[in-house]
Amino acid sequence: MTRPTQTGLSLDTDVMVLGGGPAGAWAAISAAEAGARVVLADKGYLGTSGAAASGGNNLWYLPEDESLRARAVADREALGGRLTDRRWMERVQTETYRQINRLAEWGYPFPRDEHGNERRSSLQGPEYMRRLRRKVHRSGVHILDHHPALELLTDADGTVSGAAGLRRQEGWTRWQARAGAVVLATGGCAFLSGAFGLNVDTGDGHLMAAELGAELSGMEFSSVYGRSPAFGNHTKGLMMQFASYYDASGRPLEAEGHKGAELIARRLAAGRPVHARLDRAPTALRQSMRQAQPNYFLPLDKAGVDPFDEAYPLRLVFEGTVRGTGGLRLLTPDCATGVPGLYAAGDVATRELVTGAASGGGSLNGAWAISSGTWAGGGAARFARNRGALPPRHNLRPAGTTALRAAPPGGHPTTRAEVDETVTTVQKEVLPLDRNYFRTADRLHTSLRTLDTLWGRLADQPAATDGRTMLRAREAAAMTAHARWMYRAALAREESRGVHRRDDRPGTAARFEHRLMVSGLEQLDVRADPVLPVLTAKGTRAARIAAGDASQERRVS
Amino acid sequence: MIEVVSRSRCVGCDLCIRVCPTDVFERDTDGIPVIARQEDCQTCFSCEIYCPVDALYVAPLTGPAPDGSPHREEEHLAATGALGAYRRTVGWGGGRTPGSRYDRNHLFTAGMTGQPGTRPNPLSGPGLPQAESPGPDLASPH
Repeated sequence: MTRPTQTGLSLDTDVMVLGGGPAGAWAAISAAEAGARVVLADKGYLGTSGAAASGGNNLWYLPEDESLRARAVADREALGGRLTDRRWMERVQTETYRQINRLAEWGYPFPRDEHGNERRSSLQGPEYMRRLRRKVHRSGVHILDHHPALELLTDADGTVSGAAGLRRQEGWTRWQARAGAVVLATGGCAFLSGAFGLNVDTGDGHLMAAELGAELSGMEFSSVYGRSPAFGNHTKGLMMQFASYYDASGRPLEAEGHKGAELIARRLAAGRPVHARLDRAPTALRQSMRQAQPNYFLPLDKAGVDPFDEAYPLRLVFEGTVRGTGGLRLLTPDCATGVPGLYAAGDVATRELVTGAASGGGSLNGAWAISSGTWAGGGAARFARNRGALPPRHNLRPAGTTALRAAPPGGHPTTRAEVDETVTTVQKEVLPLDRNYFRTADRLHTSLRTLDTLWGRLADQPAATDGRTMLRAREAAAMTAHARWMYRAALAREESRGVHRRDDRPGTAARFEHRLMVSGLEQLDVRADPVLPVLTAKGTRAARIAAGDASQERRVS
Repeated sequence: MIEVVSRSRCVGCDLCIRVCPTDVFERDTDGIPVIARQEDCQTCFSCEIYCPVDALYVAPLTGPAPDGSPHREEEHLAATGALGAYRRTVGWGGGRTPGSRYDRNHLFTAGMTGQPGTRPNPLSGPGLPQAESPGPDLASPH
């Protein structure tokens, strides 16, 4: 067993980026372009880590057509349950368009359509992330793969001044980076549900930020599940537009549209099988379908299932706040979290501003990673530059609490079995469909009692002695905190809206047309966000353009 | 989950150890990677794509393949072309065209979230043609 030691890697930098998915990569590129020295540390490997790397990524990449873009905003506003902010949506459209065009200049091999035009609204994950890694590297960023972060560091005034963690493939020794500012790009939280590529997403950054008092928003919009073959974990849903659904005896189920999705979930929650077959796919399209979503077909091919011909059993796999929308609340256009020196990008940040109560999966999350990464990287670089010299090392204070401090005299270090039990306890509350997909006040209260008790135990949990257990213990603590934020917000939103379904409160309530903030670790606090949604109905984009008011872009709250 | 590291194909480049996002592999004493923590595998297929010599196989199952499963038999996987199949699709490796050049997602996202164009209509249904059986039990695929 290897013990983490104090002898490890010690670095100084202007901007520290935690997380090597697309949001972290774009943040690193952006900070480097702003003139900052940048270090990027990922728990895994920049190129394969995160939700984007293993799948296809459709993007909110729209042509420069004002009426089309305005219509897209209005559509998403309705879908998002009127909790969005159209200024942020417009910024995302503009920034995504700009950056994807740069990605094309850097050589990403986009396809061409039958007219010979490049189509840039989709990225294949492995190719995308390999190209981004190359760009990050060429930008002079110091990349640290397999360097999970455990905690943030602050100076004496509480300004974030770096991060510290473990070197997973260097004998679990320690690393510590002193930095002028930190960008969290650690992804959402999928609770180790096993969903395709999401086990690295355990909500680590949310916990680190909350330990410094950061607030979260939209945590009730966390009940998102993906459809996968029952034997696997591949939650790629786009091709399901051609699916028919059957019961166990082969009888078709009426599973069209929104109601149909709920019917499938209710059947599966009740333990009744649902089978799918892509028998509504026109034959002429089938090759294109394979080329569009190779990793929808890959596991089926490997299992010897021809989905056009053969119905296969489905299950729903929990994707938490990866495909859900909740995360750290943002206070400024450059994605500041409110904790001085701390910025957030991608799925660790709330996506409510652009997706509202609806899932951001299937194009908005991908665009959000690019845009928020770019803004957060720039914001962090500016913060570091304005701040000047780094604080002296002896003034750095570790901000992590649970599972990181040595066992007191007479106590024992946390064991792997204890940590595994924590994970199982949390998963029992958040994974089942009848707990989380279909919510009621009673069940939320019951889960919260269990989770609050669990947190009470974890709050004083000492560190493990081996690095792998120490890391998993932090992940387990992060998941526990995440589950509590989710359910406290879900309890406070006494209605159904978007992906948040309350069986005891069906239908939306006008009095809840605002976002909910949640904060705290021991005591949780939920309140209405005083910043109200900004909706198209209050003034169209076209009207603003006509008035020549470009300054709006800078006044996003 | 990862099932096979072909010792005969492996050239010991350690790329799989480096790229695995959940740190599943360890370097064996003879330099060949071994599957040290299969339970941590998230079935993302990344190692398969990166392996330059098609020495790895990730089964499509969320749990370990049972004894005797063809998902664990290297010879069978090699004979059926399963080794390296995904890398071919992604178009990585010398002389191949990146799979992204053939990306046809725009056909299937047309009209969604503001994308221009119209999606092809699915055939009317459900139930075309009438399902005769719900398909085999795939909990332990053949």
